[in-house]
Formats: sequence, C-alpha cells, structure tokens
Amino acid sequence: MEKRVVFRSAWLPWVLIAPQVAVIGVFFFWPAGQALLQSVQQSDAFGTSVEWVGLENFRNLWNDATYLASFYTTALFSTLVAVLGIGLSLILAVFADRIVKGAMVYKTLLIWPYAVAPAVAGVLWLFMFAPSVGVVSFWLRALGVDWNHLLNGRHAMTLVIMAAVWKQISYNFLFFLAGLQSIPKSLIEAAAIDGARPWRRFWTIVFPLLSPTTFFLLVINIVYAFFDTFGIIDAVTQGGPGKETAILVYKVYYDGFKAMDLGGSAAQSVVLMVIVVVLTVVQFRFVEKKVNY
Amino acid sequence: MVERRPLLDVLSHAVLILGVLVVAFPLYLTFVASTHTADAIVQAPMPLLPGTHLTENYSAAWYGTGGGNGSKAPVGQMMLVSLISALIITLGKIAISLLSAFAIVYFRFPFRMFFFWAIFITLMLPVEVRILPTYKVVSDLGMLNSYAGLTVPLIASATATFLFRQFFLTVPEELVEAARMDGAGPMRFFKDVLVPLSKTSIAALFVIQFIYGWNQYLWPLLVTTNENMYPVVIGIKRMISGGDAQTEWNVVMATALLAMIPPALVVMLMQKWFVKGLVDTEK
Repeated sequence: MEKRVVFRSAWLPWVLIAPQVAVIGVFFFWPAGQALLQSVQQSDAFGTSVEWVGLENFRNLWNDATYLASFYTTALFSTLVAVLGIGLSLILAVFADRIVKGAMVYKTLLIWPYAVAPAVAGVLWLFMFAPSVGVVSFWLRALGVDWNHLLNGRHAMTLVIMAAVWKQISYNFLFFLAGLQSIPKSLIEAAAIDGARPWRRFWTIVFPLLSPTTFFLLVINIVYAFFDTFGIIDAVTQGGPGKETAILVYKVYYDGFKAMDLGGSAAQSVVLMVIVVVLTVVQFRFVEKKVNY
Repeated sequence: MVERRPLLDVLSHAVLILGVLVVAFPLYLTFVASTHTADAIVQAPMPLLPGTHLTENYSAAWYGTGGGNGSKAPVGQMMLVSLISALIITLGKIAISLLSAFAIVYFRFPFRMFFFWAIFITLMLPVEVRILPTYKVVSDLGMLNSYAGLTVPLIASATATFLFRQFFLTVPEELVEAARMDGAGPMRFFKDVLVPLSKTSIAALFVIQFIYGWNQYLWPLLVTTNENMYPVVIGIKRMISGGDAQTEWNVVMATALLAMIPPALVVMLMQKWFVKGLVDTEK
C-alpha cells in the first residue's frame, strides 16, 4: 500500500528520519556488528591483543557442558512458563467471559501485575519463599517440605517459574479475553440448541477458534521467558544454586561482565540473535495478522 | 451467556475470586510487611495483619535512613530517576517514531524501503543479545551514569514506527490534497492534521512504553554505578544484596510498593488505552 499523493522535498525526509536512523545505527547495528566480529576473535580481558580464531568460540561453546546445561535449563524454564501461564490464564479468561456482572472488576484486579517490573516481582516472590523469613516457606515446612531454594536447584527453578508466570498471566488473560469475545455468539447458541453442554462446546468450538490466539501467545511467552525474565532470575537466584537457573541470557551477562570472556560472550550473543530471528520469523510467518507490511 | 446455569455461575465466580486472591497475595504480603518493624518480620511466621509502623518505614525508605546492610540510597531520588528516564524513553520513542513514519509514508526518497527494513530488523536485536558491545559504545561516548546513557539507546522503536505507519496509511488522501490546496507545507500538515488524528495511538503507546521504561532492569544495571543515578527497580535489588537475615524487609517492601505504584496507576487508570496499546503493538 502506497500513498498516491506525497510531499516533495529533497532534504526534509532525511531530516525527519535522521534521529531514528542515528539511534539504530549507533546503538543497534554497530554493537550487533561488533558482537558478530568478536564472536570469531579471541582477546584478553584488557583488549590489548586480538586474535582471529574463526569458529573456535562456537566450538568451545558446543563443547562446554555448562553452556549445554544452560540450553536445557532455558528450554525447561520457557516451556513451563509458557504452558503454565497460558493454561492458567485461559481458565481465568473462560470464566471471566461467562460472567456478566462484575467482569470489569475482575479484569482490573487481574491485569495489574503487568505493571510490576520483573525484578520487583522477583523480590516479592523471594520474600514469600525466603528460607528463614518467608511465610510460604514456613507453611511448607509445617507441611513437611524443607523449602530452600538457595540449596535445592529444583526449588529454585520452581520459584523463578512461579514468579515469571505470575507476572505474565495478566497479559495472556487480556489476549484470551479479547479472543473469546470475538467468537460469534451464534456458533455457541447453535451448539447449545443441538444439545452440546458447556464442556463439550468449549473443546469443539471455543478452543479450536482460539487456536490463533493460543499460538500467538505461545510465541510471545517463549520470547518473554527467554529475554524478559532476566530481572526475575537476577533478583531471586542469580542463576544459582550452582548454575541451575542460569538461563542463556543470564549466562551471556555473567560471562561477559563477571567472567570477562569477550569472545565466548559474543558467540553466545550470536546464538541468541539466531534464536530471536527464528522466533520473529515464526511469529510473522505463521501468526495470523491484520497488518500487511 | 447462552443458557442459565446457576451452578456454573457460582463456579465462575469462585474460580475468579481464587485467581484474584492468588494474584493479589504477594501484593498484600508486601503491604503487611511494610507496616511492621524489621524484627517482627524476622520472627517466623511473620504477622499476616497490618501493623502500626507504616509511616516510619515509608519515611525510612523515602529518605534512605533505614538500617540494614544493603544499599541505602533514598527512594525519593531513585523514583525521580525512574520517572525522568521513563518519560524521556516514552516521549522520545513516540516523537522519533512519528517523524520517521511520516517520512516513510509521505515522501519518496532514495533508500526509503532500505530504512524501513533497517528499522524493522531492530525488532530482532533486543538489548540482551548485544549487551557487551552496546555497553562499550555507551562508555566510549562517555554516557555512563547519565540520563542520556539510560535512555537514548532504548529510544529507537520498531513497533511504534510500524503502528504509526499503519495508521498513516489509513488517513484519507483527500486530507493531504486539501492541505496542499490551502497552501500548507508538510510540517504544517504533520502538526495540524496528522498528530491530532493520531492521538489515540499516541495514548496507547504512551501506556505501554511508560511501563517498559519504568521497568527497565538489565540496561540500568550496566550503565549506572553511581547511587544518584539508580532507577528504583535497581535500588530494590541492591537493598536485598546483604543476604536473607540482614535485609531490612520492612523497608525493602515499602520501597517495592512505592516502585509499583506509578506503573500500576498508569495501567489501571488508562486501562482502555492500555488494552488497545497491547493489542496494536503486538499485531
């Protein structure tokens, strides 16, 4: 789609687009290029000597057991965050969609966690589950569960997943609610007249019609779990105990800033870039969209 | 609703109330903790009803006069840093995206589509995948510990540019013709016709981007080392770094609550724009 009528000026459009282009050039493309370059180089921590090493950084990653473990951690974490977040918010949205009175109140009370920063969400959950002072950990101990996410990797993973899901439920909820409200009432009524009960109607009509929304949310939630949960991880576990909750993004940060491994960190950045590109392509290729670019 | 099913109605309310309670419990606990003394909280289990130390905890947080081992930067200062950077990021994103969408839609110039795709590709380069080199650029430019360093690298926005481009494409061509016939130049048309027409999209983007700006974590963590430039989200994290038992949880929780209030208010008060913003920016 193009405009037929346009303005004519040899310099004005350049001036208009200049700020955006300057920012993306200096802070996006130049650093991304640097990351690509550094990923095939090896330099010492002070940057005094640089050596061309080809794909060695990537080979090292491939042979690095902690990196492969981080891949596994990320896969587990993002799958659980996406599935639990989508499942719980679907249940809430389906019931909220049924309700006539007070629907707005529930909606308002359910959407505010979206506004909470991931790091703050992490602190809130950390406080509830802190081994010595937390209320929930106290209750768990009364039930015979010796909760300690500082020592037990599985507990740590559970905690960051709960915090991440809690923060994302509001987002999924809003999209499911919008999706449910766009399903034509006549379809549901026809099924009801044919004698289908609510349970059956949900699985044969509502759920299939929601599948574009569900798929879209699946991609968005995986992206969220990959990249936006850094604050939660850093606040709650710092990747620990050991490296049990060090997702890929946390490892890039740690190796780059704490361990000062420039080449390795750059190679990890490149791997992450590939993942983002794949996810973005999936999102635009398969998700039903209204816009045409 | 298709048919009457009283039992299902009861179930619906029950599930939703349970959902609301579970979602709200961390918030409630935060509030309760912010009304007790540090000693009362360390006694396991901590009290579950609000106490009487609300004002002193909040003033300790606000002026940074709490005890404990963690950082003691005053929250008032950090909230100001958060507010200023969130506003610069939000307004900056909206402004430069409006301008570039205007250029791309209403002008013909060489490399127009090249720039369009260049902006599009930035979607695939979140801060997380280029942390170190971006940090290096910012430090080479001497922008560490400054508002410029906190905001400018985050100001580019592919989503906002697309949203405005999509919207501009639906603006009737007759408006341009009429404006030209009346002798209005491009900037006049932009200022008096396009921007007023885009008000709804601007409001929607404002909500989304304000929350994005306020909640930034990784980037401020890298570019700020000076307590005076910590946004409040970083400040909270620094407060708990002393360890489990030494942390003054009452002050930390007061800070957490203060840090949540501005973005939560924006979401709840501008709910209509918020939902529109979410749906528009993601589709």
